[in-house]
Amino acid sequence: MNYNVNEKGYYGDFGGAYIPEMLYPNVLELRENYLKITAEPAFKKEFDELLKAYVGRPTPLYFAKRLSEKYNTKIYLKREDLCHTGAHKVNNTIGQILLAKRLGKTRIIAETGAGQHGVATATVCALMGIECIVYMGELDIKRQAPNVARMKMLGAEVRPAQSGSKTLKDATNEAIRDWINNPVDTHYIIGSVVGPHPYPDMVARFQSVISEETKWQLMEQEGRDYPDHVIACVGGGSNAAGLYYHYLNDERVNIIAVEAAGKGIDTGESAATSALGKEGIIHGSKTLLMQTPDGQITEPYSISAGLDYPGVGPMHAHLFRSKRAEFISIPDQEAMDWGLTLSQMEGIIPAIETAHAFAALDVRKFGPNEIIVFNCSGRGDKDLDTYIDYFKL
Amino acid sequence: MNRIDRAFQSDKRLLSIYFSAGYPNLEDTVPILKKLQEAGVDMVEIGLPFSDPLADGPTIQESSTKALRNGMTTEKLFTQLQGIRNEIDIPLVLMGYFNPMMQYGIESFCQKCQAIGIDGLIIPDLPVDVYHEHYKEMFTKYGLYNMFLITPQTPDERIRYIDKVSNGFIYMVSSASVTGAKNTFGTVQTDYFKRIVEMQLNTPTIVGFGISNAATYKAATENARGAIIGSAFIKWLHTHGVEKIEEFIHPLKSS
Repeated sequence: MNYNVNEKGYYGDFGGAYIPEMLYPNVLELRENYLKITAEPAFKKEFDELLKAYVGRPTPLYFAKRLSEKYNTKIYLKREDLCHTGAHKVNNTIGQILLAKRLGKTRIIAETGAGQHGVATATVCALMGIECIVYMGELDIKRQAPNVARMKMLGAEVRPAQSGSKTLKDATNEAIRDWINNPVDTHYIIGSVVGPHPYPDMVARFQSVISEETKWQLMEQEGRDYPDHVIACVGGGSNAAGLYYHYLNDERVNIIAVEAAGKGIDTGESAATSALGKEGIIHGSKTLLMQTPDGQITEPYSISAGLDYPGVGPMHAHLFRSKRAEFISIPDQEAMDWGLTLSQMEGIIPAIETAHAFAALDVRKFGPNEIIVFNCSGRGDKDLDTYIDYFKL
Repeated sequence: MNRIDRAFQSDKRLLSIYFSAGYPNLEDTVPILKKLQEAGVDMVEIGLPFSDPLADGPTIQESSTKALRNGMTTEKLFTQLQGIRNEIDIPLVLMGYFNPMMQYGIESFCQKCQAIGIDGLIIPDLPVDVYHEHYKEMFTKYGLYNMFLITPQTPDERIRYIDKVSNGFIYMVSSASVTGAKNTFGTVQTDYFKRIVEMQLNTPTIVGFGISNAATYKAATENARGAIIGSAFIKWLHTHGVEKIEEFIHPLKSS
């Protein structure tokens, strides 16, 4: 089986472009150009140079010695938390801003939940001197004040999404509406492997630098370019898509996806889409999403704002249904505890999203000679308030 | 004959009204339909509320959210519309997003529509090619028309394709916008209306989005067979309630 997108924009049963006709020209323009433009040597050169000099790539593949000893296995961390702006998100925004420039776009819009993608977008817009508007749920604006301030400082306009539940999915709706109203001069930088084709594939390709580097870094350190397991947290799924990308069709590599169980799968306050979701359409993509029996999209919950998206990207829906990936879900409490564990055992304070991934070590057994690569996707600075409240620091 | 085709057989301009089922109150759906028919409206689009209506502006998003809070569901709407054909003879179109229909089951949904006497569907996020490949046969089996949108940005070639696949009418979105966004038409719109007229399509066209008063209604229907009013009608309902619908319709019909 091939786990990459097919020529029609589907991953198995999932994907496609279920968009209103008003968006058709915008999406068509992208679909016809994204592969061509990103394959141009001049594009690649500029992208690679920015990733190196501006983002700080390659990020280290770090052997976590103490953690490996404790769990009697070989644990590596792909240090995306060391990227400029504090997470992997910037890999994608650099790629998309370069693409937008080549398409002649003069205005950028984005959606953001916790604000990480908003900051990464505002950053590259500042870098390129392009107007930037970030849609953010009114509730999230209140919850994530430091990131709102960062975006403003970077020169972006933060527009509150006041419709629906006033969170990430509504911010995404507002960004899509903006794009409908401004079809010619505007590019919409989606932050995850979600949305209509070609977004899931395009974002996955920009994030694929994560597994591209992992391959040669593992070769240097282990004498083989593949691990036994790759593990990442999944909200929409962009950091996971980046880590899995070059191993999708390599069956020697086991793929593990960690979702946020929130307060528990059966509590009604969860973001574990693979367990709770049903096939449907969200933001232009056919995928698994959390919804009422009547097909209304529901509001997910997780202590980490970056994982509370009611769907998953179509690639992940396909990995789940085809059983190519193992999906597990981790409740708030265990993720928070892992935030402390990683801090105190390796000196790395992870984002709460990232902390979810590590909890896989408690859920399943790994052999002493097995090599595991975790995507250490983001750093915990942005979550300090939550950590302070939770642990009474 | 499908009631939509029957409506287009007459020479007059067609006024079509959109509202969200279950708004302002859950049980207003049928009373609104009756009032609209009495006031001389030629066709109605009944909006099936959705939590995430991304092609709609703030007015319809709000009426949709309110309707859901009132308890509107697909099943509830079908129950309300049971027997509607004893009282309402004008064409009825259901307009809604694809996800709730998928969850109901597309075939069951179509079956139910036929049983009630729905004439057609407008599903903004079901692209024409997906419809053509996967659903056209089923819709046809249950006697349902499916209407598509075109915009000023839709290339001629694609308009031709939509014209070929369409039945009923083509829904001309007046500008590149979500519903309810504009109040007047500029030269971009009128040039676009003229371009479509010159294409001499087989399917009749109706203009929607941004029509709010007699002036925009008149301008729209100079270049198309009819016009659809949604957000402006919902705002009227919000302020004046169901009883005064005739006062909203009258100036339009006599413009």
